[in-house]
Amino acid sequence: MSFWLLLTVNSVTFGGLLFLLSAGFSLIFGLMRIPNLTHGSMFMVGAYLGSSFLSGALGFSLNFWVAALIAAAEVAVLGALMERLLLRRLAGQQLAQVLVTLGVSFMVADLCLMGWGGDPISVATPPGLGGFVRAGAAVFPLYRMAVIVIAVVFAVALWLMLERTRLGAMIRAGVDDPQMARVVGIRVSQLFTVVFALGAGLAGFAGMIGAPILSVYPGLDQDMLPLALVVVILGGTGSLLGSFVGSIIVGFIYNFGQALLPELAYFVLFLPMVLVLVLRPQGLFGGQIP
Amino acid sequence: MSPVSPRHIAIAVAIIALIVVPYAINQPYYVNIASQILLYAVFALGLNVLVGYAGLVSLGHAGLSGAAAYAVAYLLAAGHGHTVAIVGGLAAGLVVTAGFAALSLRATGISFIMITLALGEIIWGLAYRWISITNGDNGINVSSRPAPFGLPLDSASAFYDVTLIVFLLALVACAIFVGSPFGAALTGTRDQPRRMNALGFHVWMIRFWAFMFSGLLSSVSGVLFIYYYQFISPPALALTSSAEVLLMVISGGAGTLLGPVVGASLVVIIKLVVSAYVSRWNFMLGAIFVAIVVFMPEGLVPGTVRLARAAWREVNRRGLLAQPTIGGQKS
Repeated sequence: MSFWLLLTVNSVTFGGLLFLLSAGFSLIFGLMRIPNLTHGSMFMVGAYLGSSFLSGALGFSLNFWVAALIAAAEVAVLGALMERLLLRRLAGQQLAQVLVTLGVSFMVADLCLMGWGGDPISVATPPGLGGFVRAGAAVFPLYRMAVIVIAVVFAVALWLMLERTRLGAMIRAGVDDPQMARVVGIRVSQLFTVVFALGAGLAGFAGMIGAPILSVYPGLDQDMLPLALVVVILGGTGSLLGSFVGSIIVGFIYNFGQALLPELAYFVLFLPMVLVLVLRPQGLFGGQIP
Repeated sequence: MSPVSPRHIAIAVAIIALIVVPYAINQPYYVNIASQILLYAVFALGLNVLVGYAGLVSLGHAGLSGAAAYAVAYLLAAGHGHTVAIVGGLAAGLVVTAGFAALSLRATGISFIMITLALGEIIWGLAYRWISITNGDNGINVSSRPAPFGLPLDSASAFYDVTLIVFLLALVACAIFVGSPFGAALTGTRDQPRRMNALGFHVWMIRFWAFMFSGLLSSVSGVLFIYYYQFISPPALALTSSAEVLLMVISGGAGTLLGPVVGASLVVIIKLVVSAYVSRWNFMLGAIFVAIVVFMPEGLVPGTVRLARAAWREVNRRGLLAQPTIGGQKS
């Protein structure tokens, strides 16, 4: 019984991480109409940077959460720079933009290998969250519960930002109809930078938050990117609710798959994708495919 | 076109050179490089059918050739003969291709890239985790090469000869394909899918068979791959491998018959040269990708020509103001 409960908690935790990763991915896709193939790299760079801050790369050891936030901010700046310096030059050429993000993801992966070496780096759980919660016979790891809480808080905050603020309204307008948004005076190209930085920052933050669970290793980017892709294919692009539901589904399938069919864990992800692509190609909550 | 045009002569010279050069060099190292170029050229030709002529960019093709290669390795390890292994490998490649096509052709454009990427990574994950079949990270060794008609292929030059024959067959098949009514219909679906639909063509079906042809060539290259390296492991199926082949197609010039061949030669040679001096091939791969996409989106060969022409015009404009410029058109 407690095996199933623990598996469920793990699934929801992983789903929460995936949500942090794929919400930005989905927004960037919705607004700029390109899958940002560096998104896995952003996740990995966030984790590497955060782990370095934690182990005292700045001369003193930072608190876990501060390290995560600084790492996220740095990744956000990297994202904004990439959007400004590279993608901006290729405005309107979607294919070229996708290929550039692919090229950059290889460069980032190799640079990380150069900078941090090939050995996995394990990150300790933040102090105070290393314990367990007991509820009857079941035992829940505290940190995983915290990750779920963080994911829910971010989901609500993102939703409020998108639905209740001026910036959110502009982003929604840009997603729905970029030309019309430009006509009414929204500077869509500036939104691109903002959304790109936001998405990158979220991915970097997710990387550091996930580090105590997943650890940090070369190839983490290539492990996470397909999961984000599957989430977005399932949930539909540009939809926050879609990424939330998609993340939870993928979290469950991936974790249960790993526990029950360890050899086919990656393959079972294929099944929901098949179903969605056959029955509803635009994704569960997606609009029309652009 | 006249019966014997300069183009025909050039092609004949190139083929004779391809046959003669390995014997002239006669060093296994260089002959092996030539084999590598040709087996990747077959792969690039296959991907080019989709990227160049159907306008569908796939980032999952390493999964197709990898499936074929793994099937060959698995069948050989299970004790079957080479004929069964090769036929089984091609069949496995085609089955996986059909699955890829059925799913990814639900979309076009950017969504198509996303779906093929995800599918390719799933095949990679299968190769990595399905240890009872694929032996996981350790990969599968293939102990022997086949000996068609009693001729062993163990030497570098014998393998090169077979690879060359396969490559030429693939090239001819592509030329016939592109020139056929089906090829014309395929480029039609690339440029004007709606009009093609209105004209009564079954756009989905045309794309599906193009995908199958692309998958067949990829599987053939996968079979060549497993016999050339006599080893396969999951990295051969990773996103980097798919991207490498895409780089070959794009750098040579997508949608041209010989572009992928040029691209394959370039990428294989650059990779060998870079790997000999630094261990940063992935960084270079990414950098070349970015550079080509930003500066020469039409491919290295046409791009160099364009840049050279632009430079030449610039020189002429500054030097001889009296001479009128002809250019201005985009190549």
